[in-house]
Amino acid sequence: MMLQIENLHARVAGKEILKGLSLEVKPGEVHAIMGPNGAGKSTLGNVLAGRSGYEVTQGSVMFDGSNLLEMDPEARAAAGLFLAFQYPVEIPGVNNTYFLRAALNAQRKTRGEAELDSVQFLKLVRERIKEMGMTPDLLNRAVNEGFSGGEKKRNEVFQMAVLEPRLAILDETDSGLDIDALKQVAAGVNALRSPERAFLVITHYQRLLDYIVPDFVHVLADGRIVESGDAQLARELEAHGYAWVRERTPAEAHA
Amino acid sequence: MATQPEELRSALSRRYDAGFVTDIESHSLPPGLDEDTIRALSAIKEEPEWMTDWRLAAYRHWLKMTPPHWAHLKLSPIDFQAISYYSAPKNKPKSLAEVDPKLLETYDKLGVPLHERARLAGVAVDAVFDSVSVANTARDQLAKVGVIFCSMSEAIREHGDLVRQYLGTVVPQGDNYFAALNSAVFSDGSFVFIPKGVRCPMELSTYFRINAGHTGQFERTLIIAEEDSVVSYLEGCTAPMRDDNQLHAAVVELVALERASIKYSTVQNWYPGDENGKGGIYNFVTKRGECRGDDSRISWTQVETGSAITWKYPSCVLRGDRSVGEFHSVALTHHYQQADTGTKMIHIGRDTKSKIVSKGISAGKSQNSYRGLVKVEKGAVNARNHTRCDSILIGKQCGSHTFPYMEIRNPTAIVEHEATTSKISDDQMFYCRSRGISEEDAVSLIVDGFCKQVFRELPMEFAVEAKKLLEVSLEGAIG
Repeated sequence: MMLQIENLHARVAGKEILKGLSLEVKPGEVHAIMGPNGAGKSTLGNVLAGRSGYEVTQGSVMFDGSNLLEMDPEARAAAGLFLAFQYPVEIPGVNNTYFLRAALNAQRKTRGEAELDSVQFLKLVRERIKEMGMTPDLLNRAVNEGFSGGEKKRNEVFQMAVLEPRLAILDETDSGLDIDALKQVAAGVNALRSPERAFLVITHYQRLLDYIVPDFVHVLADGRIVESGDAQLARELEAHGYAWVRERTPAEAHA
Repeated sequence: MATQPEELRSALSRRYDAGFVTDIESHSLPPGLDEDTIRALSAIKEEPEWMTDWRLAAYRHWLKMTPPHWAHLKLSPIDFQAISYYSAPKNKPKSLAEVDPKLLETYDKLGVPLHERARLAGVAVDAVFDSVSVANTARDQLAKVGVIFCSMSEAIREHGDLVRQYLGTVVPQGDNYFAALNSAVFSDGSFVFIPKGVRCPMELSTYFRINAGHTGQFERTLIIAEEDSVVSYLEGCTAPMRDDNQLHAAVVELVALERASIKYSTVQNWYPGDENGKGGIYNFVTKRGECRGDDSRISWTQVETGSAITWKYPSCVLRGDRSVGEFHSVALTHHYQQADTGTKMIHIGRDTKSKIVSKGISAGKSQNSYRGLVKVEKGAVNARNHTRCDSILIGKQCGSHTFPYMEIRNPTAIVEHEATTSKISDDQMFYCRSRGISEEDAVSLIVDGFCKQVFRELPMEFAVEAKKLLEVSLEGAIG
């Protein structure tokens, strides 16, 4: 098992958001987490990545056999966890290539691997940018500075391609994208699918899952997974809306 | 930074001494300051009479002055009689093995080359330092095109007419309290002369200054760029020149004649005091350049990370028509450091332009102020100024202040001022950390990005070292 979440409870600003979430992810699997606004989808991503202000009150998260909750965010990254942010932040003046090299080398150092010199690294990023079908000017710009919404999301996927995580969490990577950008982002993700790598795709809409076809779909409502299924579940959700899930699980609706 | 052990500080304080030749080592003056001290100093340096008189005039002026009122600085009074105005070397460490390993570690972090480390640590470098030939090559190359680059002492002896013609014409003896003191007692410094039409073939840096790398607390620098000449001068050191001396009062004068261009870059990292605010340099420096000729240009770039107190306003007097003044500054303060720095742009000629970019970084319990004056005189038709001041705060106990002054006497002037103050956001920190970058590295990365606009102005190798210097200075700023 790569990721094992058991009975996870988490609070943000004193308010309980996750209320006993359990989930298991094996290498190679793509899990979609769907749910209405306020269900706790983004909280799950932030708790897994280790953002401060998200307080775990109960439950456990094991990642490749280690207690993920005890690790610093940077240690989680080095262990192979990646969060593609819903709202990537701008870091003015910091060159994107430089940033990524600092990140990759910091991770490699923690893992006891040799750091890449600038020539090796440049070769790597040029390959990746080509594979992702993205424009090389991305490399010369400051991290997310002045990027459009779509460019920011593409940059997240590009970073993922360079950092090659074992588990990638995509937090509403589809939000705010037009159909062309969505296809490009999805193609980038699909290119990275492999038997060793798992994905947690957090999304509000089924649309993204037409392009990134998940192995499992989970419906998150009120801080818990209330229904799990395959890609078909996502289509049914799209057809019937989240109210449909609530009707099917009356106990949750009253929780 | 960790507390500075006594040996380390004393090892560092000897750095000035290493350059003196043996026969003057015995001439050490006891603490105290009066006319006899100045005469003795002038005599040791074998100065002509006009120089001695010049110093004495400055001293007499200084006696009538009172120390400036410090708007935003806290400091203890300075006892000028307790300072020795000329000191000879004592026991230098004989080899690097005798130097505090902690100091060497810092140099290592900064990537300072080994022979440079030795020089900085005050080791008697003549034995181990084989750059003499390099220095001579540089000197020959400069001499071929007529550039003079030597110590101020040497210039006074060898190029007396030039020094006499220009010294004190930009910063007069009585300009301010510390400039007057410097004029009376300056020990050494740099002299640069670029003749008409010459583009100086190399960046002039204090690294390559021959026999004069070790100037005292009262340096005097004079750079003259004749018509159509170009020069770039680099000052200071990228390694921590830690020092327990209390006062550093330098004067720098730049003169740019018609169409000449002077670029002056500084990386200042004097000992900032320990994390409790004990010790450290009072860095009270007067730097001023005059665009004396039409179409001339002076550009100051500074990276200030050291000193307990920095009081420094590299300025441009834009006398020539269409002359241009620039000021690019990064000032970082940590622990109890106080920096009050900025610039003055004095527009006198027509169509003169000035640009100010100031980046302040405050951490710990430090105070960081930008203080700048843009003055447009009556005759300065069509003067333009653009000022941009950005501050970034790290932690909750530091302060950042901006004091922009404007005196506009000509209605055609266009003067713009932009200012921002921000904090390193938790979002930025988390973003970096979620990519695997440690907290400390994330801070320096973000700060580096913040300073980019100024670092771009520095010569390449200086920019790299300035960046490393910020990293070292910010150690322990978070957490």
